Amino acid sequence: MQSRLPILVFALVMAAIPFVPGMPPFWIVLLDNIGLAALVAMGLVLLTGVGGLTSFGQAAFVGFGAYTTAVLSTAYGLSPWLTLPLSLIVSGSLAVLLGLITVRLSGHYLPLGTLAWGLGLFYLFSKLEFLGRNDGISAIPPLSIGTFKMLSPGSIYYAIWVAVILSAWLTMNLLDSRTGRAIRALRRGHVAAEAFGVHTPRAKLLVFIHAAVLAGLSGWLYAHLQRAVNPTPFGAQAGIEYLFIAVVGGAGYVWGGVLGAAIVVVLKEVLQSYLPLILPGSGQVETIVFGIMLVALLQLAPGGLWPWLISFLPERTSGKKPDTSLKLEQRTRAPTEAGVLLQVEKARKQFGGVVAVNNVSFDVQAKEIVALIGPNGAGKSTTFNLITGVLSATSGSISVLGRKVDKAPPQEIVKLGISRTFQHVKLVPDMTVLENVAIGAHLRGHSGPIASMLRLDRADEAKLLAEAARQIERVGLAEQMHQLAGSLSLGQQRIVEIARALCVDPMLLLLDEPAAGLRHMEKQRLAALLRELRDGGMSVLLVEHDMGFVMNLADRIVVLDFGTKIAEGTPATIKTNPEVIKAYLGVAA
Amino acid sequence: MNTTIMLFLVQDGITNGAIYALLGLALVLVFAVTRVILIPQGEFVTYGALTYASLAAGQMPGTAKLALALGIGAFAFDLFVARKALHGRLVVRSFITNIVLPSIVLALTIYFAAQKPPVAVCIALSLVIVAMIGVYLYRIAFQPLAHTSVLVLLIASVGVHLALQGLGLLFFGAEGQRGPAVLSGAFTAGALRFTGQSITVYAITIAFIVGLWLFFGLTLYGKALRATAVNRLGARLAGIRTTLSGQIAFLLASVIGALSGIMIVPITTLYYDSGFLIGLKGFVAAIIGGLVSYPLTAVAALVVGIVEAFSSFYASNYKEVIVFMLLIPVLLLRSLAAPAVEEEKD
Repeated sequence: MQSRLPILVFALVMAAIPFVPGMPPFWIVLLDNIGLAALVAMGLVLLTGVGGLTSFGQAAFVGFGAYTTAVLSTAYGLSPWLTLPLSLIVSGSLAVLLGLITVRLSGHYLPLGTLAWGLGLFYLFSKLEFLGRNDGISAIPPLSIGTFKMLSPGSIYYAIWVAVILSAWLTMNLLDSRTGRAIRALRRGHVAAEAFGVHTPRAKLLVFIHAAVLAGLSGWLYAHLQRAVNPTPFGAQAGIEYLFIAVVGGAGYVWGGVLGAAIVVVLKEVLQSYLPLILPGSGQVETIVFGIMLVALLQLAPGGLWPWLISFLPERTSGKKPDTSLKLEQRTRAPTEAGVLLQVEKARKQFGGVVAVNNVSFDVQAKEIVALIGPNGAGKSTTFNLITGVLSATSGSISVLGRKVDKAPPQEIVKLGISRTFQHVKLVPDMTVLENVAIGAHLRGHSGPIASMLRLDRADEAKLLAEAARQIERVGLAEQMHQLAGSLSLGQQRIVEIARALCVDPMLLLLDEPAAGLRHMEKQRLAALLRELRDGGMSVLLVEHDMGFVMNLADRIVVLDFGTKIAEGTPATIKTNPEVIKAYLGVAA
Repeated sequence: MNTTIMLFLVQDGITNGAIYALLGLALVLVFAVTRVILIPQGEFVTYGALTYASLAAGQMPGTAKLALALGIGAFAFDLFVARKALHGRLVVRSFITNIVLPSIVLALTIYFAAQKPPVAVCIALSLVIVAMIGVYLYRIAFQPLAHTSVLVLLIASVGVHLALQGLGLLFFGAEGQRGPAVLSGAFTAGALRFTGQSITVYAITIAFIVGLWLFFGLTLYGKALRATAVNRLGARLAGIRTTLSGQIAFLLASVIGALSGIMIVPITTLYYDSGFLIGLKGFVAAIIGGLVSYPLTAVAALVVGIVEAFSSFYASNYKEVIVFMLLIPVLLLRSLAAPAVEEEKD
């Protein structure tokens, strides 16, 4: 992703700050607070900005981290270093529990759900006897190394910023990995990611836990900085503020979280100390200004400040080309992938009263290009969705290599070696072509999130990227490899989707209108590629409207009209079939 | 437990639940039309209630000035948007609705506040003031964001809530207030005592539910509002003024909020920040109703009210915990039943 140098420079600068002569101690306190907020905001960046899951409830996780160490180190006398893993485990397990309930919720339910449990937990903190009710818990021991006690804001400063920089490093590593790509694909909807084997609920739960653990860490540090906890800083207001920090900084960027924390903490301080001088009133004026600024910011710079800042840096479009000599192991194959690969028998799909696919039967043999054609609304894309498990058939059956797969989810279908492209391109526009294509090889990699965070995944990752680069070269987009997918023309994006599908190492490729938006020469190149794939042993099932393209390419054509199969045969017989001509032209010619 | 206590708790729950139902309806309404999850709904409640209570006590409420300030802001936004093609008629219309109207209301408020006006005048003034605040807020804070995602709108909504709550403290102080009953008198049926106030609550809630249901189900304008919610561009192409739809939704929501406030402020003391919690309970109901169904929201609100009443009797310490955690099983059910639809987000 990015080089390590800026992080190192940043770490050195932060390490040097306390040694600046004449540095006011109050500034160190502010920096401590910035670090604490940055940790939570970083989790939100991953959760909201990258993963598209909004949480108003992060403050509750901070509270769990803080109260865990507060209770264990006061009532049970445990060392703060011992309570650190426990604090993280408590907030992490709570995230599993709440995550299981909430992450499957779509859109606006999730933020509302988090707001609700955030509030509920806040009231729980302030009512439980062993948490000291509204008074909280005081006399928490400070962090100490040997006999050195971190009593002053200046001494815990290092603990806080080591945590921030380490977390930023781990988070960025995570994003730049196999798991990270799956997470980054979440925001664009789940169908495309699932078609390549990503278990989206699991990926969502993972970011939820990651964000909660970071919040728990912030809480643990907070408890030992303040050496007292009470419910107030863990309420709904705080949860809202953390989200605000992430939005101000730029919710899609790890460093945006840190920048946002710096801006908001300093701004609040300034507002609290100077506003009463300008506007004497009964307190809370900063809340008003805060709220107004939030709305103004959304209207003026909805992307946050970090992307605005880095837009001044010179753009880097040329990334390192992966070493394509590395070989990725093949998909696990069935004993024989020959004969009838796909058998669709009397497949039927009804949406209420509409019969989108009406008892359609056809098959695809090994080493064969079959085209599915028909006027708009004939049920072609629905058939694709039935085959790939996005939709389940109302009746009828679909088998792959003789095994029924009617109820199998998309993740299972792709394991059998069936990969697809989409009629409406589903790429992640703010990821490079290389990263998008690498999602296709998701199931052929093995590294998990922990390995990725610790950079133990590099060998696996290099092989994945090598495979992705190979497929990109194969489809002829090598020059665009490091461009953002969203910057490509629609035709090129369709080709990127084909490269992504090829990364599965499929036996059957399902292409939904691959030639739409391509120029003549590009279409010829695509046709040549598909023939080459067939000759290499792959089968292709494609939906296409360009008759010239289909007739010259397909071995066999299946014609659908209003959900019903009206003809099947070689291109020559289809061209003269009166039913087909009637469907397309309205009358028998 | 004896039956009297139980009946009493149920009655208490229904009265509160009716208020939550009204708020839940307003939230569903605003969300359905503008996709804004209206966190400041609670502030409409407190603004309505405290404006009413202040007026009744012969004090000048700051909200009337806020309405004028927001009106000036809305006028500025109108001018800015139309700066390339300033038509005289447009400017005049915007000037009248955004500046003349709140000025007149402010003048009336100053005039009446000095002489402890009758209840009816207090209600009318409070409703108008809060309604104007609602409509201008939409113009200033939400209309420029109308094309963005639900999430951006939600965060903006939180910002508006923070600002309004801070202003509430500025206007009304930290002390709570109570207002005079809208309808005095009471009668008893068996062990239960029905006050005029609670009867008013029931009647107004029912009237609104039926009214909204008829409005959205049967009238062309209601259907136009729903069309705006589904597809803004499509609605505009069909000739629906989507900004007007948003303003109407906010108008209704702020009136409903203020009315709810006026109805409860004689029963319970309200503080400048009470609205948030009350509004959130409306939310719980709205979420149970899936943010789409009016009848389901109303039923859910009654359940929320009754659960709240019972938990404040048996475990008063955990009242809020129980009410908000009520949401978890509901969300769980919803997530189990969640359809695998693709959402295109950006």
